[in-house]
Amino acid sequence: MKIIVCVKQVPDTETRIRINPEGNGIVEQDVNWVVSPYDEHAIEEALRIKEQKGGEVVLVSLGPDRAQTALRNGLAMGADSAVHLKDAAFDAADTMGVAKALAAAIKGIGGYDLVLTGQQGVGGDNSQVPGLLAGLLDLPQVTMAIKLETGDGKATVTREIEGATEVWETSLPAVISAQKGLNEPRYASLKGIMAAKKKTIEAKDAAALGIAAADLAPLTQVASLELPPARPAVRMIDGDPETQARELLRLLHEEAKVI
Amino acid sequence: MATDTMTKDGVLAARGGTFLTEDRTAAEVFTPEDFSEEQKMIGQTASEFMENELGPKIPQIIKLDYELSRELMRKAGELGLLGIEIPEEYGGLGLDKVSGCLVSESAARDGSFAVTFMGHTGIGSLPIVYFGTEAQKQKYLPKFASGEWISSYSLSEASSATDAMNAKARAVLSPDGQHWILNGEKMWLTNGGFADVYITFAKVDGEHFTAFIIDKGTPGVTLGAEERKTGIKGSSTRPLIFQDAKIPKENLLGEVGKGHKIAFNILNVGRFKLGAGVTGGAKFALKAAAEYGKSRTSFGQPITNFGMVREKLGEMAIRIYVSESIVYRTAGLIDKNLEGVGLNDVAEALKRIEEYDAECSMVKVWCSEMLDYVVDETVQIFGGAGYVDDYPAERYWRDARVNRIFEGTNEINRLLVPGRILRKALKGELPLFQKAMGLMDEFTAGPSFEEPEEGFLKAEERMVKGAKKIATMALGIAAQKYGKGLGDKQELLGLWADVAMETYALETAVLRAQKKAARDGDAACAVQEAAVRCFAQDAMDHIEASAKRLLAALDDGDMLRTYLTALKRFGKRDAVNVVALREQVAASVIDAGRYTL
Repeated sequence: MKIIVCVKQVPDTETRIRINPEGNGIVEQDVNWVVSPYDEHAIEEALRIKEQKGGEVVLVSLGPDRAQTALRNGLAMGADSAVHLKDAAFDAADTMGVAKALAAAIKGIGGYDLVLTGQQGVGGDNSQVPGLLAGLLDLPQVTMAIKLETGDGKATVTREIEGATEVWETSLPAVISAQKGLNEPRYASLKGIMAAKKKTIEAKDAAALGIAAADLAPLTQVASLELPPARPAVRMIDGDPETQARELLRLLHEEAKVI
Repeated sequence: MATDTMTKDGVLAARGGTFLTEDRTAAEVFTPEDFSEEQKMIGQTASEFMENELGPKIPQIIKLDYELSRELMRKAGELGLLGIEIPEEYGGLGLDKVSGCLVSESAARDGSFAVTFMGHTGIGSLPIVYFGTEAQKQKYLPKFASGEWISSYSLSEASSATDAMNAKARAVLSPDGQHWILNGEKMWLTNGGFADVYITFAKVDGEHFTAFIIDKGTPGVTLGAEERKTGIKGSSTRPLIFQDAKIPKENLLGEVGKGHKIAFNILNVGRFKLGAGVTGGAKFALKAAAEYGKSRTSFGQPITNFGMVREKLGEMAIRIYVSESIVYRTAGLIDKNLEGVGLNDVAEALKRIEEYDAECSMVKVWCSEMLDYVVDETVQIFGGAGYVDDYPAERYWRDARVNRIFEGTNEINRLLVPGRILRKALKGELPLFQKAMGLMDEFTAGPSFEEPEEGFLKAEERMVKGAKKIATMALGIAAQKYGKGLGDKQELLGLWADVAMETYALETAVLRAQKKAARDGDAACAVQEAAVRCFAQDAMDHIEASAKRLLAALDDGDMLRTYLTALKRFGKRDAVNVVALREQVAASVIDAGRYTL
């Protein structure tokens, strides 16, 4: 099977996020960039399918120069090759623009049986790209996969829904997005890391993908970005239970104004 | 040895000891900001492995669980973490020292496991890597790399340790010439309880100090009881006892009578890596201290709001920054010097590493003492909670202490620093005495009135130059006074070692920050700049105090007054507000809750 995995580079969840002065993005300096954890599940699943059935795993990522590190990480886990979509024109793209570029790249790679993505990119958490991608590629889609079995030209996918699980069968190729719990991603072994050095990462810009600036014009834009308010200091209420309850009620009414 | 993961641009394999006699530029030193993509990925794999696999099991590990230790080592082996210094043809990866240091830092998430890990990959494996026969390498190294077999090592005995040559363990050849018959008792067999292989030493015919590889279960070989250690309680340490033990003759390691070469060279090649381990350990301690300090309230506010707590956290981060800087500068020097030398030429490889034995000893001493400072202040920040074992602080404190004892005590390593430098000077490899003479001329010519250059850490750069002059002058005077007899003046050599170490540490920290500033801009290095400016003041105070004591022990009267005037001139600097600088570093540590420099 030939499996394409879309990978996004995101800030490490331990990073202390700072908002930029324009209030529409984050300050990138001192951010530690990692592969989005959901995408690691997608890569792992692709590698497991390849190990069972043979085939090839190709990674695709859209991002600036630094995104190459995310691809190198995936190659070190065991993927065979990677395509890096980078162009200054992509900077302003929203989820639709990203999906268009990814779809064009995936069509360019061709001959694939399955497209795997993470359920969402940690940080932005839009969960839009997998759906847009399926639409643009005109492929069936299953989201929130926690189990995946591939057969002859079809796949059985268990997906997580509120309080239950659903089992779907889909024809292949399809776009399937990984939820946590799909698998336990492997560590990149030192051998894998050294082998990744010799694997190719092909760079493609908008022109190479046949994408015009108009295609990338954002349909949405971030109006503003704010950090959650700092948690105020805890206040202890003294007294016997009755006094405490009265005081709590008063505070909820008068200060917190929630009841 | 492959060193191709190293960022080589501009890094110079400057000769050992020349940090005293030559000026270096920032581009010439290797820094943590120079890690290649592969080195970072190796560090990340190690760090994730230790966090996810070791982290949750620390409570069990510290109860000394042989099977769990072996299981973790096997898993580490699967990822390749045990094979960094084992050549590819024997199942390892043959990677550079910098990568090895990154992995050692991560293994220090727990002090016990760090000793298990480094005991196996360092003193347990390297004797065979460097001195084994082809058959020995084939037999042992692939299994050491995979973690299927665990190795252990003992050099000491009850009555010999630093003076290993005084070993009492004996070996004689059996009458049929097929076995070595060993008798005696070794001490401190690191990893002993769960190891498959023991590397140790005995005197052939009571005279010739020789290394042996001993397989577990060999008739006549037994282990004594576990030592009840102060710290690293999850690391196994047992005596190794021989009673007419029959060691197959092919298990002799190296040559008869050449055991000292193995013992000392292996310590040399591993010593700087202890610096990496303790740097990693200190980062974990600082994180614990910062997190606890932020969560602990006193007088209605977190204790990290209080100046004296902030000051401690700032100083801990500053020392970790310096420690990290000297570890990777030294590892980078060794990697650079090993370029193009394979392990098929062991003698040449060892020589290239030995070039930096003074630097390696300095790293060992400086970094282990840095860790003791950091864990001590960690206990202090935890307060009462730091003195009970419900919290990690006291364990960090107990685990740290052994680092000043093993791999050569800090006293022995302090003696080695001037010892090696003087040997190079006497062999004409280091123009130390010429420089010392020149300094006297410079001093008698009077002070310079040149306008000092302005710029990023330029004042500190001048302090480095002054520190080098102080170190060179002091050693020159000491050597002139005592000649060969200087070797017996341990207290004086110790004082000088402190001057040299602080000089190396200061220069390295200055160059590292300057290198980053040249790349990212001065503004992006404000915290590093504050850290280095603060450290520079302390280092110069330390250098002056040690040099003054040393000079006062060498002469008196007018000569001493002249020396002290020279000391004052070479150490000249403006006072800076270190309270504010340390606060600047503290603010960044407290904000992030961990070391971020």
